[in-house]
Amino acid sequence: MSERPIKVLIAKPGLDGHDRGAKVLARGLRDEGFEVVYTGLRQTPEMVVSAALQEDVDVVGLSILSGAHMTLLPRIVEGLRAEGLDDVLVTAGGIIPDDDIPALTDAGVSRIFGPGTTIRQVADYIRENVQPRSEG
Amino acid sequence: MTEAAHGGPTEGGHDAAAVDRGRDLAERTRAGERRALARLLTEVENRSRTAEAALRILYPLAGQAHLIGVTGAPGAGKSTLVAALVGEARKGSRAVAVLAIDPSSPITGGAILGDRVRMQAYAGDSDVFIRSMASRGHVGGLATSTVAAAAVLDAAGFPLVFIETVGTGQSEVEVAAIADTTLVVQAPEMGDEVQAIKAGLLEVADIVVVNKADRPGADRAASHLRSMLTVGAQHDRAMGDRPRPKRPEVLLASGASGQGVPEVLASLDRREAKRRAAGTSGEADGARLARAEAQVWGILAERLRGRVREPARAAETKVVLRAVADHELDPYAAADRLLAALTDR
Amino acid sequence: MSDQREEQDQPGEPVEPGREHRQAKTRAAVLRGQEERRVVFRTSSAIDIAPLYTPADTASQDVDRDLGRPGEYPFTRGVQPSMYRGRLWTMRQYAGFSTAADTNARFRFLLDRGQTGLSVAFDLPTQMGYDPDSAKAAGEVGRVGVPVSSLEDMETLLEGLPLGEITTSMTINATAAILLAYYVAVADGRGVPRARLGGTVQNDILKEYIARGTYIYPAEASMRLVTDIFEFCAVELPLWNTISISGYHMREAGATAAQELAFTIADGIEYVKAAQARGLDVDLFAGRLSFFFAAWSELFEEVAKFRAARRMWARLMRERFGAVEPRSMMCRFHVQTAGSSLTAQSIDNNVVRTTVQALSAVLGGAQSLHTNARDEALALPSEASARLALRTQQILAHESGVTDTPDPLAGSYYVETLTDQLEAAANEYLAEIESLGGALKAIGRGFQQRAIQDAAFRYQREVEGHERIVVGINRYVDDPAAGPTLQRVDQGSEQGQIQRVRRVRAGRDHERWMTAMEGVARAASSTENLLPPLIEAAKAGATLGELSDQLRACWGEHRELLTV
Repeated sequence: MSERPIKVLIAKPGLDGHDRGAKVLARGLRDEGFEVVYTGLRQTPEMVVSAALQEDVDVVGLSILSGAHMTLLPRIVEGLRAEGLDDVLVTAGGIIPDDDIPALTDAGVSRIFGPGTTIRQVADYIRENVQPRSEG
Repeated sequence: MTEAAHGGPTEGGHDAAAVDRGRDLAERTRAGERRALARLLTEVENRSRTAEAALRILYPLAGQAHLIGVTGAPGAGKSTLVAALVGEARKGSRAVAVLAIDPSSPITGGAILGDRVRMQAYAGDSDVFIRSMASRGHVGGLATSTVAAAAVLDAAGFPLVFIETVGTGQSEVEVAAIADTTLVVQAPEMGDEVQAIKAGLLEVADIVVVNKADRPGADRAASHLRSMLTVGAQHDRAMGDRPRPKRPEVLLASGASGQGVPEVLASLDRREAKRRAAGTSGEADGARLARAEAQVWGILAERLRGRVREPARAAETKVVLRAVADHELDPYAAADRLLAALTDR
Repeated sequence: MSDQREEQDQPGEPVEPGREHRQAKTRAAVLRGQEERRVVFRTSSAIDIAPLYTPADTASQDVDRDLGRPGEYPFTRGVQPSMYRGRLWTMRQYAGFSTAADTNARFRFLLDRGQTGLSVAFDLPTQMGYDPDSAKAAGEVGRVGVPVSSLEDMETLLEGLPLGEITTSMTINATAAILLAYYVAVADGRGVPRARLGGTVQNDILKEYIARGTYIYPAEASMRLVTDIFEFCAVELPLWNTISISGYHMREAGATAAQELAFTIADGIEYVKAAQARGLDVDLFAGRLSFFFAAWSELFEEVAKFRAARRMWARLMRERFGAVEPRSMMCRFHVQTAGSSLTAQSIDNNVVRTTVQALSAVLGGAQSLHTNARDEALALPSEASARLALRTQQILAHESGVTDTPDPLAGSYYVETLTDQLEAAANEYLAEIESLGGALKAIGRGFQQRAIQDAAFRYQREVEGHERIVVGINRYVDDPAAGPTLQRVDQGSEQGQIQRVRRVRAGRDHERWMTAMEGVARAASSTENLLPPLIEAAKAGATLGELSDQLRACWGEHRELLTV
């Protein structure tokens, strides 16, 4: 009996097209045994929420380098909550200044991964923090 | 964590909770709750007892949808075409579900599921439901999960369910066996026609769509396919004993520009109407029987495996397997012995 | 084991490079009595580096044919005879400010200090063709550059600047034609002759599909826009650089030096083919093509890349495309140091990286250079770190002495060999791209994208596996210091921009605007050059978002190809 692989949505909200990090992470997490849903560039908060809901993912990983994180990330977390997806772990990576992290954490982003983070660090964090599925 | 259907704990308490949860998810799914539907599909993927309990309720309610298998070589434009067909169906206000299946890595079990990239335009539309599934390396078991997932979407009220798979191996044949209609997507590149035949893709097709019709060579590819399929049919008749099961229709379309897409959907609808009219007497009824068979056989095999691995029998099973490994017992005799042990009880 | 080989290798035998390498390696190991630090020494492009380079390595090189003199075909040694003895490169620092007015103030400040080359970074809504009040623009206005949504914004941006005397470099691609139309419309309004306008639009859509992601329209329509700019400028703006064919972003996305070189040149070939297909004479437009490369930290490989680029382009232009004018054969390029090599940890280390990278650009003969600031892995640069970045260039220019003679590394056994090897590696990629039908078709199949992603993934694995050392990341890690003071972008600029664009829409002559928009649609649906109707629409008050939407309605949008 094998455990269900952890399912992760990797999304790029906002208009920036720098997807190197998102794609490297998607491949890396696949190699770590995760099922990775990749949705491509320019995801609106609505797209991210709808994908997370339909795919029933355990984790949403958001990559953003455009500086629009303070606008977009809280909207995504709010959208997830509005759909009842409270137990989905939300993480983010990209260029996000330290000063902004407390506000994002308050908004419900559980962890911000800065430049230089390894795939293994992300994988370990997810494994340790993913919510066991409620039976409801 | 969810419990697996085979080899999992069998105590009554667990079962009762799973049954309750399954019923609950089934009811909420029927009521149109998308989150319940998504969760239930996860249970189906996990082959859990919850899924089983839910399917006992939902299966009798299914059978209304048109299940359309879509397959083709990588790069043929399957997702783009499906996205365009979804758009076309939405023009007629029909709800659509898509199951997109991608392979799991046999080594790590991980997978990249990327088919949503083409379909994100429907994010705000609650009548479009897209779900990616990893194949999870089940031997011959892809059909079991897929049929169950399709039945759930069917019972959830989606009249059109597209099941998209990469046509690189066995999976498209498995999926073709469970779809009402199988659509094979071809790109008009040189040499693809030949490859398609080799891969057995055309043999499962009801409709072949030559995609990227705006590219040069598309018309040529389509007429080449048509003439080839005609020759194939004559050849089959000449053989006498084995009538060709299907004579696929060849259509030109472009998922990217939308050209020819209404015609593809119309053709799908015509086939479905014909199938419905024919009822149990029609040729298409074979697909439904094949689907039932694939499903039941899959579950049967899984159950058998589960039962010989039950704690009470595990020791004995191990002894038998050991004996086969050491060439002290042949595998046929071993299987017979394990079966006999099951029926003894 | 070594004895046997030494005996076989009698002096006077014909020299075979591989054997020479093995022999030298053996000797080196014997001399030192120890193994080398690594099993293999390899460049980013997977070129194995021999233990020693000798005259045998460059024996097959014909100096007249393969190098020439600086300023002469095939321009391996540089596009000017005297290079930096004559004039230093342009120190062109790319900078983004959150409003047109702030940017204008910055430009005036720079001009007062004697700078003549301006560089404009636009925000993402401007790059993607959205007005600031579009839902897609939420949170993005004024973030990574200046928003320009209408002619009014361009007028503000260029207020008081002598357009006939300065050059303006605009990092703009999918919406390049619209921004250029605004620029020309401003000049027309001030009575500055178009023939005197100097500057650059990046206008390189192919690398957007490959690496940078800031595309709008399908490939065919995008290529037509690019070619419209070539055609229009050849007649109307003879001093304008119509494109900056960019390898930089591909390198940033993870490409190796050889891939950067090959894919950039492949894109260049595609543009030249498109322009010739339009019926343009090669010597009419090729002299206005320019290039943009990255500089990484592997100094010699980078220098070799720049030299190989010049030689390859010159030969292609003369032999394949029949160029006659020397300028048409010159690969003139801008260089930016590698942003993706910067670390967020121990950021002072980035100053050193940038210095080495900038040195490679200077040794490689760049025409202009941008040096990154130490804090760019964290945010847009602060004023202090931007100043230090510029000082880095000035120290190289005035103190290092590397500018005192053209192409100082020419004749180095190693650098000449690497130049040949990079050219060979790039030619292999080019042959593959040709076999797929050219750069555009190869992009449609994800060839370049996959190659780059594979290289990026390999790099990440090497860093995580400690096969590649990054100081401060996987070795010599410092204790985390308190974070530096970062440049903050004013949050209020979005509302101001929204109000401005709404005012423009409300205040224009509706009839004239309607007619102009129809003119754009008509041209888009025909083969008429789009620049004249875009300029008229700019003058009629059409906004960037409206014009982009009009073209979207005619052409549709490009769909992302998944290549993970």
